[in-house]
Amino acid sequence: MNSTLTIALSKGRIYKETLPLLAKAGIVPVDDPETSRKLILDTNLAHVKLVVIRATDVPTFVQYGAADVGVAGKDVLLEHGGDGLYEPVDLQIAKCRLMVAGRKDEQAKPGRQRVATKYVNSTREYYAAKGTQVEIIKLYGSMELAPLVGLADVIVDLVDTGNTLKANGLEPLEHIADISSRLIVNKASMKMKHAMVQQFVDQIASAVNQ
Amino acid sequence: MTESKRWLLPEGIEELLPPQARHLEQLRRQVVDHYQSWGYELVMPPFIEYLDSLLVGTGDDLDLQTFKLIDQKTGRLMGLRADMTPQVARIDAHRLRRATPTRLCYLGTVLHTLPDGFAGSRSPLQVGAELYGHAGIESDIEILSLMMETLAFCGITDTYLDIGHVGIFRGLAQQAGLSDAQEQQLFEALQRKAKPEIVVLLKEWKLDANASAMLGSLADLNGDAEVLSQARTVLQRASADVLEALANLERVAALARLRLPKVTLHYDLAELRGYHYHTGLVFAAFVAGQGQAIAQGGRYDGIGKAFGNARPATGFSTDLKTLVNLMPENGSALLNAIHAPAQEDVDLLQKVRELRAEGQCVICELPGQSGDARAMGCDRRLVKKDGRWEIQPL
Repeated sequence: MNSTLTIALSKGRIYKETLPLLAKAGIVPVDDPETSRKLILDTNLAHVKLVVIRATDVPTFVQYGAADVGVAGKDVLLEHGGDGLYEPVDLQIAKCRLMVAGRKDEQAKPGRQRVATKYVNSTREYYAAKGTQVEIIKLYGSMELAPLVGLADVIVDLVDTGNTLKANGLEPLEHIADISSRLIVNKASMKMKHAMVQQFVDQIASAVNQ
Repeated sequence: MTESKRWLLPEGIEELLPPQARHLEQLRRQVVDHYQSWGYELVMPPFIEYLDSLLVGTGDDLDLQTFKLIDQKTGRLMGLRADMTPQVARIDAHRLRRATPTRLCYLGTVLHTLPDGFAGSRSPLQVGAELYGHAGIESDIEILSLMMETLAFCGITDTYLDIGHVGIFRGLAQQAGLSDAQEQQLFEALQRKAKPEIVVLLKEWKLDANASAMLGSLADLNGDAEVLSQARTVLQRASADVLEALANLERVAALARLRLPKVTLHYDLAELRGYHYHTGLVFAAFVAGQGQAIAQGGRYDGIGKAFGNARPATGFSTDLKTLVNLMPENGSALLNAIHAPAQEDVDLLQKVRELRAEGQCVICELPGQSGDARAMGCDRRLVKKDGRWEIQPL
């Protein structure tokens, strides 16, 4: 049990951009998650396994020790609360911004604004810190649609290039947080598998700084 | 509510069924007896009391975790205990008021408004021991040893002990002149060892370079005993309070190595568990396969003050339900009972009485019942042979 290292990653951008960092730490996956149906992927090192899961599940897997370490976006960590986890390294990958976006030239309506978002907790905290009371509408996707069909006045979402917003006649209005992916570590693993986990963290940290 | 769902229990509220409940009860008795043998006297604080006293000296976390209701007799707010430690501190400071060191232990169900931990329980069976009236590390070590013995008692070996000291961060924060809000912000980042965030915060606050470097190093000061000598170098220009805390930690480390040779020790200078009420040493036990601590404790010297009797205090607590699930062999699910036939026989009744007095479990069959001796959980039976009742295997 104490000799294995399980790394939780999410498919897509984070997986692709984490691979070069893992390679510098000497870890290369044997299977490709895009083609393989396996959920636990072997690597070139017998004691290192990868689990490829949904991005929002990564903190849960790591917090409860189902994985020792993982890579999660700061957006997911802010929403999760980040308690019960260590996040020692900013991997500087999958960078984007968490922003408020709305229709161009739209006058602010009197009364409470309705905000559509996937990031309910971050949104609530952001507006509370601003001293504004808003109604939050939880959506799971296609946030950009909400202001167009009158479901919400503005949205809170990740903005990378801003092209999706532009294509739908929206524009970024307020900046909430810069987002990048973090290396997260289970607290018990950090203590019980200290030598191995610390070495991995150091290798990844130096790979980021190269 | 449809009839088919009436059996549902609230989330995080569990009940224990026969073999499990028996094992837990056995463990409960053994543990209390064991504490007694160390001189820890059992106290039974109330399940409910006024909120003011229940939350004394604790943080917002406990407030949030406490179920509340109104006392119709006084209009005051009452709370269902979410942690028994403040109650026991109240008993020591206000009720007992002894001059000598006081050793108390307690055991009972606590309720949490929010499920915590992996199993998501809201009704842990909290058990713990507290030692009041001694400020030295010897009392910390006694509590630490008792905590590890509690785990060993449950057959949980191969444990990891994580040791820290909140005085180091507190002293450094003071030395750097951090405001309360800054200290809280840095505390949150340190809890997550979020080094990138710590660097940004320290830079933003434009602290004295020396203090800033020392605060920045805390997130890295964790590992085996090596860390303590590393800390000596990194923190050499720290205030007297910090160096005292570090010396304290070193002495604990030396004693712990002697007293707990089988336990793997791990030091973490940024471990600030219960920072808002702990004042010195903090420690937690981990075991492979559990992503979270299974037992924890530390020193909290301030808490008695609110009850008019400030006393040094140190203690630990754990959840017996968690421990019983971690026990390697939960014993037999069978009752190992002796079956007695449904007969009105004076000799039989006498024999049954004797066996029960010896501690045997004897179950009397009821006339016309369904199920045989085996179905009743018996592995032996009473049979009349040559006019005497004898035990025979089934």
